[in-house]
Amino acid sequence: MSELSELYQQVILDHNKKPRNFHKLENANRSAEGYNPLCGDQLKVYLHVEDDQVKEVSFEGSGCAISKASASMMTQAVKGKTKTEAETLFSEFHRMATGELDEEAEPNHLGKLTIFSGVRDFPARVKCATLSWHTMHAALNNEVKASTE
Amino acid sequence: MAVVEELIPIKPKPSEAWNVERIRKDFPVLSQTVNGKPLIYLDNAASSQVPTMVIERGAQYLQHEHSNIHRGVHYLSMKATTAYEGAREKVKRFINAREAKECIFVRGATEGINLVMHGYGRKFIGAGDEIIISAMEHHANIVPWQMLCEEKGAKLRVIPMNDAGELLIDEYEALLNDKTKLVAVGHVSNALGTVNPIKDMIESAHKYGVPVLIDGAQMAPHGLIDVQDLDADFYAFSGHKMFAPTGSGVLYGKARLLESMNPFQGGGDMIKSVTFEKTTYADLPNKMEAGTPAIASQIGLGAAIDYLNIIGREKAAGYERELLRYATERLTAIEGVRIIGTAHEKLSVLSFTIENVHPHDIGTILDQQGIAVRAGHHCAQPVMQHFKIPATARASFAFYNTKQEVDVLAEAIEKVIEVFS
Repeated sequence: MSELSELYQQVILDHNKKPRNFHKLENANRSAEGYNPLCGDQLKVYLHVEDDQVKEVSFEGSGCAISKASASMMTQAVKGKTKTEAETLFSEFHRMATGELDEEAEPNHLGKLTIFSGVRDFPARVKCATLSWHTMHAALNNEVKASTE
Repeated sequence: MAVVEELIPIKPKPSEAWNVERIRKDFPVLSQTVNGKPLIYLDNAASSQVPTMVIERGAQYLQHEHSNIHRGVHYLSMKATTAYEGAREKVKRFINAREAKECIFVRGATEGINLVMHGYGRKFIGAGDEIIISAMEHHANIVPWQMLCEEKGAKLRVIPMNDAGELLIDEYEALLNDKTKLVAVGHVSNALGTVNPIKDMIESAHKYGVPVLIDGAQMAPHGLIDVQDLDADFYAFSGHKMFAPTGSGVLYGKARLLESMNPFQGGGDMIKSVTFEKTTYADLPNKMEAGTPAIASQIGLGAAIDYLNIIGREKAAGYERELLRYATERLTAIEGVRIIGTAHEKLSVLSFTIENVHPHDIGTILDQQGIAVRAGHHCAQPVMQHFKIPATARASFAFYNTKQEVDVLAEAIEKVIEVFS
């Protein structure tokens, strides 16, 4: 299965099995629902934003391994970031997943999120990886719904 | 290849056994590799592959016969018309219609169903009337009726199914009443593979004088269809699921019904005369075929029917039955695999889920092994809701698939389970 290592890396499989921050956030002051009409993946992202900083973040929902692992790692990446920093990460992640950003050539803040760079070779799966990021972005901007379409 | 529009005899040579390796040579697409592995094409319920005979017939038309049909007095137009109407004659024999004019060429089963919705439904179904569909319909046989119900104030009634994916026929009988104006049901479920007892269902509906539309998209490639024996009022199917190009398809309707209906679309070729005061419509089938159709594709459908007759439809169906039995046995034996759709009567389709693995991940991993399956809701979201699952992975077979391919599929599924364990 070596040809799959690009996409289904151990870290991704691990986050899929044991998603982090996978619960409702009781003290959330922002949230949004994300929906991928193509495959039916659905998730909800909760944020607790205070003084322009993402104090806490969590998610709920169902989806494939890529979307679940991406959501899990998104919550870890965004926690503690300022709104601007979170938006920068959203933009960089989105550009990496769609092949616009070469994470090795262009300076970025993605860190271990670069393990999702492999999705760019699987056009049908790009939206699985970006769904939680779109949803976080929507919640941050006080939009109720996000869609990959 | 010579241009032959005469009908090819339906009976194949009976003595020969099914030679799948020889059959596979008829389908050029099957010989390629995908991701470095031999292509294993198990997405036939979505769209089937096209044999050389059909490709060549289409090319022959485009190279030597192309023109618009039913119009010109010139050589090419007559040539094109002969080929196009020849294909209709083949369709007539394929489903045993009484007359060729009962076979309306459409873009596919979806357009066929929409034709009945517009032409029959909007004319004859009104407020308080009821339309019966089933719990396992494809969206193509749900959404048009919902649109009609919304427009007219009619009511949609749904025949429920059990957890094997079989319709509850007693419940169906109980739904039929004097308000029922149409029954629209699939012959074979694309998501579950269930073969519905449509002959009995049609008979029950007829006791109330209710016409029945059959969505035959999944039956046409795999079995014999006799619309007279079934006494079906409408029967729709797609060419691209039965080894013909996309854009081809058929809506069969009893002449009496088609004649009573409104035209589907207005335009050229469907009229007798037009003035600004009044238009009179053409006779069947032209009344239902406005505009220039997909001539090459429909001629291709005729060639696909020839091909099926040459290889033997019953023999192909028998081989497919054995293949489905074998695949079901192989996949059932894998721990963690759940078969969705375990009806007694099934055809060609094997839907499944794997514990703790999302179908889209299954689809991607199988694709890396060169195996094409469908992952998703199969345009049958109510079916997914019934089984409380978001989606399934679906392997769907044709007579060119092999037991070896099923073995590779089973091994790949075992690898998926290993990766996610």
